[in-house]
Amino acid sequence: MVRFENVGLRYGMGPEVLKDINFSIAPRSFQYLTGPSGAGKTTLIRLVLMALKPTRGLVHLFGQDVSRLEAATLTDFRRKMGVVFQDFRLLDHLTVYENVALPLRVLGKEEAGYRAEVVELLRWVGLGERMHAVPSVLSGGEKQRAAIARALIARPQLLLADEPTGNVDPGLGRRLLRLFMELQTLGTAVVIATHDLALMEQYDAPRLVLADGHLHVDA
Amino acid sequence: MSTPDWRAEAAEREDEEERFAEPERLPSNLRRDQPLVPVDSVAGRALVVVIAILTFLAALSAGAALLTARASEQWRGAVANEMTIQVRPDPRRNIEADLARAVALARAVPSVAEVRAMPRAESDRLLEPWLGAGLDLIELPVPRLIVLRLNAAVANDLVAFSQTLRREVPSATLDDHRLWVRRLSTMANTIILAGVAIVMLVLAAAALAVAFATRGAMAGSRDSVEVLHLVGADDEFIAREFQNRFITLGLKGGGAGGLAAVVAIALLGWLSSAWSATPEADQLQAMFGAFEIGWSGYGVVVLVAIIVAAIAGLVSRVTVRHYLRAMS
Repeated sequence: MVRFENVGLRYGMGPEVLKDINFSIAPRSFQYLTGPSGAGKTTLIRLVLMALKPTRGLVHLFGQDVSRLEAATLTDFRRKMGVVFQDFRLLDHLTVYENVALPLRVLGKEEAGYRAEVVELLRWVGLGERMHAVPSVLSGGEKQRAAIARALIARPQLLLADEPTGNVDPGLGRRLLRLFMELQTLGTAVVIATHDLALMEQYDAPRLVLADGHLHVDA
Repeated sequence: MSTPDWRAEAAEREDEEERFAEPERLPSNLRRDQPLVPVDSVAGRALVVVIAILTFLAALSAGAALLTARASEQWRGAVANEMTIQVRPDPRRNIEADLARAVALARAVPSVAEVRAMPRAESDRLLEPWLGAGLDLIELPVPRLIVLRLNAAVANDLVAFSQTLRREVPSATLDDHRLWVRRLSTMANTIILAGVAIVMLVLAAAALAVAFATRGAMAGSRDSVEVLHLVGADDEFIAREFQNRFITLGLKGGGAGGLAAVVAIALLGWLSSAWSATPEADQLQAMFGAFEIGWSGYGVVVLVAIIVAAIAGLVSRVTVRHYLRAMS
């Protein structure tokens, strides 16, 4: 599904922040992406999302070399991926309901067609009472849950979650992890970027460990 | 891929949230279809004002051009096919004989369709506005006029006729109105062209204002645009969202400016009719006709407003596509 071969990234003329990255994400797999703060977890996720272009190496997504992708194919690939940003990236002028429904709306779906689904997901993440609120009045945990709901609503084939449990209480953290595991059994490949050891101990899965710009797989 | 099990778990969860389960029971105040690009910003409101002012100016220019076009059409229709022979009194000559001779000469010209010697009383009346009514002009050397209606099809023998007339009746001169009409027409055409040029310039200014505003909005929404991309929006979708926003702003501004122009033109029309008894108003009316642009004129004003809104949408779309290409 995703394959990185000798991928390197540098910003401008600066030093390489990611060096010789080799890994792959198989369909229906579950893995953690871990490493100390600033190791480049978010950067690696942005590379997978094609929000950044590598300065060297090969990136294959869904069987295709991304350097030769047409813009329309790029959009198609992004629609197969769900992403939870560490800083949530909710649109401030939209309600929680509208933010969560965004991936379906950009597909051109009618609001009446996805309404029930969005409401159910919002209830599941505990935002049933907050669906009309705008992000500026939400707590950090609520924003995180809204961001997770937005990543899940279009049932992605690949879920990339950047510190998805960083702002929620341990109980909700466990429930979210259960949800991610459930998504995996239903066919979604899941990558969770975290440095929360307690979270990783709850469910054993391969770990992609980033340190000093290098990545190694800790199975 | 089947549905994740959050539905089952959600059903067991907090009972108080049950009322949100059915779509038709969503809170009535829930906003569900807000534009993805925020509409009501300070920059947006400023742009509405700029577009309103530009539309107002464009609509007034278009109205003035239309008014001039109509007036010049009236002049041309009224005098283009008319000429006058003026027979000046000469103490050494018999003016009535000169008049008769000039009429006879004129009748012999093929391109003259109709000849009418203006009776003395009628030509005296023409002087009333300057000299006042009730004067006995019998002692004054007032020229006599012969009005010629031209046959529009042939008019190539008039130079020769003018020379013959000067030779045969030295006290008579041929006034060709067409030269005067041509001059007035040139002036009117210049006014019309200037009006059209102003409309074009104003539309170009509106387009530039929208382009700058769109770039500003894009720069301000860079994060939102990236999020939209990452959740699967293509450039077309994003461009459409911006285009819809700017068409809305364009319609608001264009509508306000167009309405202000309609009110201003109607007000000027009312004022000119209220002052119609004065000589200045009569003179203006003679030059420009009644200050009325009619339904078609108001149609042009509305059209200008619609064009401004369409330009706003189109320019924002092109700008966004350009910006997105540069971003990727």
